[in-house]
Amino acid sequence: MTGDPLFAEGVDWVVVAFVVVKALIGFSIVMVGVIFMIWFERKVVADMQNRIGPNRAGRWGLGQTLADGIKLIFKEDLKPDRSDKLIFRLAPYLSVAPAFLTFTIVPIGGVFTGGNDGAVEIFGRRTWMQVADPPVGVLFLLAMSSLAVYGIMLAGWSSGSKYPLLGSVRATAQMVSYEAALGLSVVAVVLISGSLSTHDIVAAQAGSIANWNLIATAGIPFAIFCVAATAELNRPPFDLVEAEQELVGGFHTEYSSIRFGMFYLAEFMNTITMSAIIVTLFLGGPAGPVLFGPDILWGILWFTLKVMVFLFTFVWLRGTLPRFRYDQLMDLGWKRLIPLSLGWLLVIGAISVGRDAGWSRVVTLAGAFAVGIIAWAALVGALRVAKLRGGEDEFGDLTTATDGVKT
Amino acid sequence: MGYLDGFWVTLKQVFQERVTSEYPQEKRPKPIRHHGRHVLNRYQDGMEKCIGCELCAGVCPARCIYVRGADNPPEAPVSPGERWGFVYEINYLRCIHCDLCVEACPTEAITESKLFEFSFTNRSDAIYTRSELLVGDDGRPQTLPWEDWREGDDQHTSAWMRATSPNGSAAYEGRVSWSGELGYGVRAPEAGQSGDPRPTTEEGESA
Repeated sequence: MTGDPLFAEGVDWVVVAFVVVKALIGFSIVMVGVIFMIWFERKVVADMQNRIGPNRAGRWGLGQTLADGIKLIFKEDLKPDRSDKLIFRLAPYLSVAPAFLTFTIVPIGGVFTGGNDGAVEIFGRRTWMQVADPPVGVLFLLAMSSLAVYGIMLAGWSSGSKYPLLGSVRATAQMVSYEAALGLSVVAVVLISGSLSTHDIVAAQAGSIANWNLIATAGIPFAIFCVAATAELNRPPFDLVEAEQELVGGFHTEYSSIRFGMFYLAEFMNTITMSAIIVTLFLGGPAGPVLFGPDILWGILWFTLKVMVFLFTFVWLRGTLPRFRYDQLMDLGWKRLIPLSLGWLLVIGAISVGRDAGWSRVVTLAGAFAVGIIAWAALVGALRVAKLRGGEDEFGDLTTATDGVKT
Repeated sequence: MGYLDGFWVTLKQVFQERVTSEYPQEKRPKPIRHHGRHVLNRYQDGMEKCIGCELCAGVCPARCIYVRGADNPPEAPVSPGERWGFVYEINYLRCIHCDLCVEACPTEAITESKLFEFSFTNRSDAIYTRSELLVGDDGRPQTLPWEDWREGDDQHTSAWMRATSPNGSAAYEGRVSWSGELGYGVRAPEAGQSGDPRPTTEEGESA
């Protein structure tokens, strides 16, 4: 595929204006989204706990987020004496910027069926409904989610205080661990779609629900991606980074005023972005039936609805699940998700190669699963041996108890 | 379902009734023996019940009551009997509304209404004096500007009558019932009470 048709005829001032306006629109969507997401989360969690939730600022408490934002701006901005001032000031921005930048590669609408390439025509120019479409879109996503670690890590480290430091150490370990599972599950999508560009991935899923990567990759990468994404977002049940019972506030303990607000903003921005990415990679982005009227609106509507489902799910997770213990978190990441996504990637790879080379599908599948089972047995055996050699570890009975569940 | 049961539990709650009430607009009915702001009662002839004995101040665990008694002026007595409480102060920054003062009072002069929504802007305002605590001539508590009286807050302020009546008459020994309230009459007897309220006509000349 080619790139965005906006750049096909060279770059003049109209194209520059287009890009600026698109960036502004994207930014407004995320900001307004964050405002409503915070309100939505508080309301839904309140509902799940038989409370009312915010209901004072504006109708149904809709103005609560704005009121909180204004309050935060006018609060005193404290900087601890022992903090590293420059990094302390820089960290919130490092946290917010990747969250927004990731959203720029999400196509929020467009028609991809019937020979259309998802472009819309505005003022005689054709463009795609996403701020940017780098040819390495998925790599950009992974790069940005790696950068997001820096915001949190530096925030905790520069605070010059023990709890933030512990929080940021946890954050770094957790986010780096789950980054691997996240990346490996995305590779399956890339393999099926045959492109790294988010636009092409969405285009490859257009037409029918069977084309969606959720179905095309048989669901496992989707499940892994969702779990890993929740861990990347540091949202419950993976919010060990903030764990207020143990670490006060984790990495943002020492932050106050709007700097704290920016971490809050980044967290919810990331939630929205990650939901949008899940929809884009696995659920066909704006794909969906057109019932009546202009088809361009239906794309946006379906996209919004799918994102809403995931936003609700994130809140639902928070309202339901208790926090993971740290060793359980690492077990899940390293011993389950990474081997599973790696194995599944091999199966999907074998099937694609087999299809291209004209092998018998049954033989391919059987061979792939046989290799998978051998690999799984080897992994379990290796873990057992490691445990026998290492003897009793510091968790003693606790670890044995989880082992009983695992096998 | 196993691992997923919890999700159903939380989802179910969304459709259930809210426990939280929208407090300032919507208030729950208070319990009938709610302990709130005190009132100093009068007899039906307008005499104050307080005799300045300081038992309430003595029993108060928070030490928030300050009472000084004085001899009644013979030509214009404030209370029936010898003495009256010419200083009566309650510091509501200390009061814990335990109702021990009400228990201790031999004449049921001090009782508690159901008002708890009152606030002050400085410490001296928190000290209620005799002139603020005393009920009016109709027996109703005074409504001060910073207090938020609601329907029914002023009712049922009367205390238990002791086994012996305030005037010490042996005829009332073993009887438990409500004492009368100026302006409200006598509360209906509850379970375990004799249902034979103290004759209110005697109150004026007792103590």
